[in-house]
Amino acid sequence: MTHPPKSSTAPPGTALPTMPAVPPQPGQAAPPPAPGPSAVPEVAPARRTAFAEGVDRLREAATTEPGRLRIIGAFVALLVVAFGAVTAWQMTDRASAADDVLTRSQPLSSDAADIYRSLADANTAAASGYLAGPQEKPEMRRRYESDIRTAATKLVTAASNSEAGSDSARTIAELNNLLPQYKGLIETARSNNRQGYPVGSAYLRAANEQMQAQMLPKAENLYRKENQRLQSDYADAKSFPWAAIGLGLVALGSLAWAQRRNYLRTNRVLNHGLVTASAASAVVLLWLVVGHSVARAGLNDSYDHGVRSLNVLHDARIASLTARSDENLSLIRRGADTTKVGDATVDAYAAGYDEQIDKLAKSLVRADSLADDSAGRKPVTDANGFMKAWKDRHGVAQGLNDKGEYQQARDKVIGVGKDPTSVCFDNVDKALQTALGHEQTEFKQAAGDGKDALTGLPYGAAVLAVLGAAGAVLGIGRRLSEYR
Amino acid sequence: MDAHRLARRLRTGLRGWGGVGAMAAVCALALAFALLLPHTQSSGAPAGGAGRLAHGTQARAETKCDNGAAPQDQSLSPSGGGATPVVDRIKAREDRRLIVGVDTNSYRWGYLNPNNASGALEGFDIDLVHRIAKDLLGDPNAVSFKAIPTNQRIPAIQNDQVDMVVRTMTITCDRLGDVAFSAPYFRTGQQVLAPKKSTITGYNDTLAGKKVCSAEGSTALDNLKADKGGKIPASTDIRTVVPNQLDCLVKLQLGEVDAVVTDGALAASQAAQDPTVELKGGLFTDEYYGVAMKRGSDDLVRQVNRTLENYVKDGGWADSYQKWLHPTMDQDDKKSASATPPAAHYK
Repeated sequence: MTHPPKSSTAPPGTALPTMPAVPPQPGQAAPPPAPGPSAVPEVAPARRTAFAEGVDRLREAATTEPGRLRIIGAFVALLVVAFGAVTAWQMTDRASAADDVLTRSQPLSSDAADIYRSLADANTAAASGYLAGPQEKPEMRRRYESDIRTAATKLVTAASNSEAGSDSARTIAELNNLLPQYKGLIETARSNNRQGYPVGSAYLRAANEQMQAQMLPKAENLYRKENQRLQSDYADAKSFPWAAIGLGLVALGSLAWAQRRNYLRTNRVLNHGLVTASAASAVVLLWLVVGHSVARAGLNDSYDHGVRSLNVLHDARIASLTARSDENLSLIRRGADTTKVGDATVDAYAAGYDEQIDKLAKSLVRADSLADDSAGRKPVTDANGFMKAWKDRHGVAQGLNDKGEYQQARDKVIGVGKDPTSVCFDNVDKALQTALGHEQTEFKQAAGDGKDALTGLPYGAAVLAVLGAAGAVLGIGRRLSEYR
Repeated sequence: MDAHRLARRLRTGLRGWGGVGAMAAVCALALAFALLLPHTQSSGAPAGGAGRLAHGTQARAETKCDNGAAPQDQSLSPSGGGATPVVDRIKAREDRRLIVGVDTNSYRWGYLNPNNASGALEGFDIDLVHRIAKDLLGDPNAVSFKAIPTNQRIPAIQNDQVDMVVRTMTITCDRLGDVAFSAPYFRTGQQVLAPKKSTITGYNDTLAGKKVCSAEGSTALDNLKADKGGKIPASTDIRTVVPNQLDCLVKLQLGEVDAVVTDGALAASQAAQDPTVELKGGLFTDEYYGVAMKRGSDDLVRQVNRTLENYVKDGGWADSYQKWLHPTMDQDDKKSASATPPAAHYK
């Protein structure tokens, strides 16, 4: 190769040993804006545009080997740095999305589920307390009060976490308005019932309707929205870092090419700087692929065994709560509300109970198939057994009521008679609570593992990339110094 | 005779569109003929029951069925009848209990008081049921009460789920085609219920611009629809329709409506649960409650009618009225039209 003398002579007094700066002279190549070579301060005459001049100089520089080496060095270093930067950026995104799954969206989704559950539970407790009348147990009253409190408190948390003007914020505001109205209806129902006025049951019906037709759908809506947020955080955390991996491959490829070029020209096999750069890039790429795959696996696991199970169990719990309030309301309203099932006119709440128990049974089957270990399966199996007993006892109570033995039917339902249904409901509820607790722990563990797999990756990638870029620059600089 | 045939032809022609207006027209026609032709009338012509029609015109808006008799005047006399298959079957039951369909949510009529630890039902209808059981089986408590929804009263009888229904059930011509009724045991009609301080005075112009609540499928709603722009102002808002009449009281108390229109008896039951509301004006329709039984169980109908006669005669009816209904139905010593037991007219 020919080396034109005018560009090969290094000017005297150059301070940089590795990448000598080129004295300001017309036709000298301007180094590309890479962190490797130090830029040359040059006051370009304003005759032409800076870009055109730069292109000209680059073109001129490319005609000499040192010029080419400089360009290659800058290019490779730039690629390695870009790879590191994109990796750090993409993995920071994913790590923070994974962190959001664990610490923000899932807890919020679970808060929304709690609002939903507390409201349904309060309604059930109110109906049970009403039916029991003077025999209402203090725990039932406390349960109602604590449910209302939980719903109110969690609504405040949800409100502070929702964006102003969003659908969620509106839904929360509506629920905040409806909650005191609902409470008012329940209190009026209770005080009328205490005086022996049947209009109390009409108030309870109005409260139940407000709960079932307005509040619970809104709470469910909120829960779905939070769940969507959770899903999108999941998607963010799990999305494959294509840009980083692609850049990594390109960086490694160009490092390999630079080394091959070096080998072909000098017959030297190893250039320490370039080898260091390659190794650093390979480590980052490997860490990136393995780390993210592990994180994905953990997140997938937390979703499959945590979130899906939690959703199904949550549905089961709502179904069980609604079945219980229908069971009570059927004996409170005593045929005042009817509905059509096929051609037959039946008591609306008796039909509601059947429907909800079916829903509960289906949810339990799904929960069982989602449970991945015996600790998760046991409470679901228990709940299933209690549900069957409940169904049987409910059948007996219903039979008594149909025969006109109202008092006995009522005793069975409120829990003062033999084989009461209240005990079965309580057991189903407790078993579901245990199952929910277990799945929540599973979720936390799996999602935590996933999140941990990404720990350090952004910083590691950044540090290694800087190291790699330095290696590339040093390696090329060493070769360049041979032209001095 | 010609004139009479004409009347008959007209009557059959008009029956096709069976409206009350048509019947009223026929009544007027029949009255005219009756006045013009007293001889034909007194000869007791059996065809079409024109005699009863003429009698009907004395009452202002008394409903008549296709056979010309008022619905409440078509029960069987207690004195008749021989074999008692239905009564015998009830007596032969293992537990010797009468199965009766009742309401358990109608305060003072058929009601389960939560403060009554025994869980026994109470009210005017329930008293009557106990009396029927006492006369029939010798034990007032030989009753199995079944709570049945309003719209299941007739099916429950037809499907033999209950022996009878005592549940503030109005005797109507339509229902006479489905079930058999006893003689009437209570006179009622539609009535307006409103807060005491309200300017509403009854079923009249004072309802202008007011929101009125009624129950789905009720006689009250039918009346409101028919009378809007007539007896009551067109500006009356009758859009509030609820599943059960008691839901109207909730709406009234919450201030969502200004008045409730329902059966006077049930309106009284509502007033009894809220000292700040009262019945406004008198009954604006004439209706009678009866005990409903299965069609064809003539012996049971006669037995119940016998009980009703005795119940009125020995003061049992009046005692029950005094206990459950007098406090809200009779205002300021002004006796309600319901305060006297209706007279029985048998077929």
